[in-house]
Amino acid sequence: MSYSIIVYTVLMLSTLGVLLAVILYFVAQKFKVYEDPRIDEVEAVLPGVNCGGCGYPGCRGFAEAFVNADDISTLYCPVGGNDTSVAAATVLGKVAVEQAPMIAVVRCSGSPDHRAKTSNYNGASSCKLATSLYAGDTGCQYGCLGLGDCVAVCNFDAIHIDEETGLPVVDEDKCTACGACITACPKSIIELRKKGPKGKRIFVSCVNKDKGGVAKKSCEVACIGCGKCVKACPFDAIVLENFLAYIDYDKCKLCRKCVEVCPTGSILELNFPLRKEKVEEVKQTEKTE
Amino acid sequence: MLKTFRKGGVHPLANKFSAKKPVEILPLPQQVTIPISQHIGAPATPVVAKGDKVLVGQVIAKSSGFVSANIHSSVSGTVESIIPALDSSGYQKSAIVISVEGDEWLPEIDREDILKKDFSLSAEAIIAKINEAGIVGLGGATFPSHVKLSVPKGKKADVLIINGVECEPYLTSDHRLMLEKGDEIMVGILLLMKALGVERALVGIENNKPDAIANLRQKASNYKGIEVHALKVKYPQGGEKQLIKALINREVPSGNLPIEVGAVVHNVGTAFAVYEAVQKNKPLVERIVTVTGKNLENATNFSVRIGTPISNLINMVGMPECTTKIVNGGPMMGKALLSPNVPVTKGTSGVILFPENDSKRPAEQPSCIRCGKCVSACPMGLEPYLLIRLSQRNMVERMEQERILDCMECGSCSFVCPANLPLLDFIRLGKTDVGAMIRARKK
Repeated sequence: MSYSIIVYTVLMLSTLGVLLAVILYFVAQKFKVYEDPRIDEVEAVLPGVNCGGCGYPGCRGFAEAFVNADDISTLYCPVGGNDTSVAAATVLGKVAVEQAPMIAVVRCSGSPDHRAKTSNYNGASSCKLATSLYAGDTGCQYGCLGLGDCVAVCNFDAIHIDEETGLPVVDEDKCTACGACITACPKSIIELRKKGPKGKRIFVSCVNKDKGGVAKKSCEVACIGCGKCVKACPFDAIVLENFLAYIDYDKCKLCRKCVEVCPTGSILELNFPLRKEKVEEVKQTEKTE
Repeated sequence: MLKTFRKGGVHPLANKFSAKKPVEILPLPQQVTIPISQHIGAPATPVVAKGDKVLVGQVIAKSSGFVSANIHSSVSGTVESIIPALDSSGYQKSAIVISVEGDEWLPEIDREDILKKDFSLSAEAIIAKINEAGIVGLGGATFPSHVKLSVPKGKKADVLIINGVECEPYLTSDHRLMLEKGDEIMVGILLLMKALGVERALVGIENNKPDAIANLRQKASNYKGIEVHALKVKYPQGGEKQLIKALINREVPSGNLPIEVGAVVHNVGTAFAVYEAVQKNKPLVERIVTVTGKNLENATNFSVRIGTPISNLINMVGMPECTTKIVNGGPMMGKALLSPNVPVTKGTSGVILFPENDSKRPAEQPSCIRCGKCVSACPMGLEPYLLIRLSQRNMVERMEQERILDCMECGSCSFVCPANLPLLDFIRLGKTDVGAMIRARKK
């Protein structure tokens, strides 16, 4: 057994390695694809959750679009918010356009107390599937089914079904307004709305398009389309269409007059301080207790 | 050796309790609710207004396209309103409400119970009359019949197949019709043959209805070109493609209609309706509905005016206390009703009352172990275990490749699945997704 075999083998493989490396080097030079280095930089400042909330396939897709766009005002990462926009714009040396933060709101208050069950659903636990079969297990064909498609689709653990009401509740701190739940909801109940100053917001928590009588019969807290809120609103922020009121969040000045006049209580106010009379009521009950 | 189709199929318990009960005429209701969409295709357009007086057989909604059907008043009385009313799945759909006053029929309708054989009309005239009478497939699919009879250019039908299979358990409406209206069905078949321009008609009946086979065989001996065949009992033999395979051993290619192999399939109920429309000028205003259930002592068959609330039928037989689910249609393909107050429509072949232990799905659903029972049960040669996965993951293009649109929703896969997986539910969902994708592609 001579060492020559080992020597030849090593020599042979080394030569082959060097030769292939040289070929690969020239091929790589020849077919090199130029990629803007700023894309990597922009991607680095993005949240990296690939939720698709911006409308592009993942954060890389958004970064490419962001770098190639002439006008960056239409591009916005809802998850990162304004901080991310500023950071990404600085990479390009541009000025970011600030956008008001948004949040998902669930426009249905039909808990079992308000909305009696008319049947028992016994099929697979999927809202999309249930909608294809029938209108829902209550009298309201527009309302929440409570089977949790929105919960399953949320990447941020920001929406949960409340066990008492059977309705989804959005976690204000976790919701990034990516919009995944909105596309998942087959009844189109969830909507993206402005988060408002200190989270204060007012919205009609109902999507029932039935006539007043029919709607009221199926759910106590349904919007009956009476139009009182439209008259009460000093800012013309409320429109009534198909027996359903809708508050335009760009026009709404959060005066809460509509909440006061709503006969069914279908307009919700969130994160407001208690009203005067209500504060007194609470105090009184505390005293009596 | 009796004929049957080859691929798949299952054997659910027949439970045909009402097979021996002659058809009874249900008393007129106080009020009828007639939906304007009782067929596949465009909803009809109402041509009456609130307060109008109508007679039985009067057109109250006109067909609004080629694939659509006229709707006639099934009672005489006053139009109360045109409102959104609950349909069987709980959605509000437009319907015409008529309060009943007496029972006056349009004068041109011949109501005498005498067999009439008049074959002088041309094929076009027959099809026009069928269109006018608003006849749709009465097996349950409610596809407008005149569309099926209008053979597209370049295609030719050489055989008419009449579906008297009634493979759904429980249902007996077609069975009773074949026993009681044999001659009328024969005349109806001859009219359909003339409309199609074919010389041969085959009637397929499953072997569990020997009396119907004997009756129709005896009647058919008096007419030329009609053969009655007994078929081996196997669900879903009443599916168009399965019946064609069983009777004439031709296979309809995937994604095509039966006319591709020169066959046109109609239900016996449709043949009877054609007889009434062409010979007696009577539009489709009533149909036979089986009301049945395991705990029902007097399961029976009713001749019901379209638009009668289903609760009326149930009240006639008396609802057993233990009923927890009411199904509209057969137990395999029918749909559970959200409320018994929905009306009987052209497609309502039966109303089945289920007790609690039969109406619930088991809470526990073990995982799929790929046993392949669904694959061997599927009469269309699909792989349901795969399709449910694809549907749950929303893989629409892959579902299309796996020929999900061939599924006719017979429910054999769900029936045999040892894990009780909601196979058909998800496949149906997948079909709507694929359909939406194909429509979007065409735009």
